[in-house]
Amino acid sequence: MSTENGVSRRAALVKLGLFLNGIVGIFLAVPVVRYLFSPVTREKKFGYDSWLSLGALEQFPAGQTRLATYKNPVVNAWDGETGDIACWVRNLDGHTFQVFAINCAHLGCPVRWFPQSSLFMCPCHGGVYYQDGSRASGPPERGLFQYHYKIENGKLLIKAGEMPTPGQPVARNVEGKTTCA
Amino acid sequence: MRLMQKLGAWFDLRLQLGTPIRETMEHSVPRETASWFYVFGSAALTCFMLQIVTGILLALIYVPSAGEAWSSLQTLNHGIALGWFIRALHGWGSNFMVAIVLIHMVQVFLFGAYKFPRELTWIVGVFLLLVTLGMAFSGQVLRFDQDAYWGLGIGASIASRVPVIGPWAVNLMLGGPIIAGATLSRFFALHVFVIPGLLIAFVCVHLLMVLKLGINEWPMPGRIVRRSTYLQEYHELTHKEGVPFVPNAVWKDILFSAFILLSIAACAIYFGPFGPGGQPDPTIIQTSPRPDFFFLWLYALLSFLPPSAETPILLIGPVIGILVLLALPFVAGEGEKSWKRRPIAVLTILLVAVALGTLTHLAEHTPWSPVMDAWSSLPIPQPYLQGRTALQRRGALVFQVKQCHNCHSLDGKGGQRGPALDRVALRLTEDQLIRQVIQGGGNMPAYGKNLSPAETTALVSFLETLHPANQPPARNASQSLSTTEVPPR
Repeated sequence: MSTENGVSRRAALVKLGLFLNGIVGIFLAVPVVRYLFSPVTREKKFGYDSWLSLGALEQFPAGQTRLATYKNPVVNAWDGETGDIACWVRNLDGHTFQVFAINCAHLGCPVRWFPQSSLFMCPCHGGVYYQDGSRASGPPERGLFQYHYKIENGKLLIKAGEMPTPGQPVARNVEGKTTCA
Repeated sequence: MRLMQKLGAWFDLRLQLGTPIRETMEHSVPRETASWFYVFGSAALTCFMLQIVTGILLALIYVPSAGEAWSSLQTLNHGIALGWFIRALHGWGSNFMVAIVLIHMVQVFLFGAYKFPRELTWIVGVFLLLVTLGMAFSGQVLRFDQDAYWGLGIGASIASRVPVIGPWAVNLMLGGPIIAGATLSRFFALHVFVIPGLLIAFVCVHLLMVLKLGINEWPMPGRIVRRSTYLQEYHELTHKEGVPFVPNAVWKDILFSAFILLSIAACAIYFGPFGPGGQPDPTIIQTSPRPDFFFLWLYALLSFLPPSAETPILLIGPVIGILVLLALPFVAGEGEKSWKRRPIAVLTILLVAVALGTLTHLAEHTPWSPVMDAWSSLPIPQPYLQGRTALQRRGALVFQVKQCHNCHSLDGKGGQRGPALDRVALRLTEDQLIRQVIQGGGNMPAYGKNLSPAETTALVSFLETLHPANQPPARNASQSLSTTEVPPR
């Protein structure tokens, strides 16, 4: 065996080794990437977006807006209090409801309801909304996010499971009515 | 003593580190760089080491679980001997580290140290700034209280605005559909493993380059950096009139680091640890979330940007800012180093400092946020009620009950979202007041549906009294004509 041949054979073996490592690397990378992106692909999981009870209808008197809380449908044992989510329930006339997300449509801070002036106010950047959730003033670009609701067996149910954000409002087809300001 | 020497020799035969360490210590640096202006880099490194030590100490007790983190912080503060002090050291160490990194960056910029051949040192430095800010933000999340919870909500809301991949980015950031245990766990992994790993790697590369390329010489006006001649000039500077790094330059680094550590400890003892604030329970909505000091300017900016400009500026602004920093050494890699001959550089620093300072100052006073409890906790000042009619006093009551005080101040108390109303009657006539109350506008909600005609009349008659005694209220000059009854012919 000539030296030249020996060198080229070893160089080829190094290349083979690197090639094999590359294959193994890709083989290992697939499950790692799949694992890392599991929060994105979890939508197929059962129960992530489900109908949740906010309680009996009597808790929400007609003509009033009340705070309600629910347990997020997908929680882990170690989520603690963070699994409890608040929302505002407005009973218009005893039959028609509006359920608003607690999160301001600007940057997600918790809005507060003031029944005396019929306004929602946000403590962070001063977004204000009218009682029907439409934008009144401040930095928000839209009205409050709303959940789909239905009434079953005297209970108010909403479809929830995901934190609403400007890029992903909970229910796209439930929009606050625009009020002439 | 001879035993020590023998031990040293035994290790050096095997490690062979003695010579490189000695060479590093004794390497020549330009005489003028043994200066108090050159101590900030080493001080930042000292802060980082303090953060590593105190961080490990905190990890002995801290539980990175959404259900337990808050109570483990309470235990650290109250249940463990001097746990509060370790938390305070870590918190203040973080603030000092960000501040010193920024000062270091300003010094390096003004001294032209980013120019040839230290472009890569600067670029790695920019990454060090970014990971330091990443540590500060993720650390704020680990202090898992109300501010951390809603701060994550703000982060998610910003991430969601990225076109196309926004909703994915939110889920990736939160580790699920809502802010919960998975969110805290991933920020723990970032704060404790990923970002410190990057930080250590970047610091090593940064330091290696400082040693290999030599510390930036003191900039002299008129001494121009040219790629063709710089290395030769620097070599002459260090070898003809240089001084050994140890001890001529290092003693200032050591003294300043000690001073910084002492200052951190003093702040920790005097001011104590940061929080935690209220429990991270999203059903407790009586909260006013605000970020830590170094992100306050951003908090202010977010309230002042016009809604339509917000998303583009939020998403594109940081990218442009980082690109400008990265491009700097390539655009201005040669030329004058001295800040005395670089007025635009000095003005840029001043402009950025004034802008950030102003925004931070504003964020500390949050003039854009309603004072959520002003209507129930801040009474109308006495002089505004004395000698008023029953209707005007009724109007004052409407002013309180309808939360006007949350956004409008009287005698300096109350919200600053809207204008102060102490002299409103000088600015607006009765008709204009009625229109403003009912229709809103100019960032004020319309109260038309929420006030009865009687309430509006009362409120406006109260507002009409808000003017100095010696100045008459504004009035519509044509009003008397238009409202005077014309006798029937």
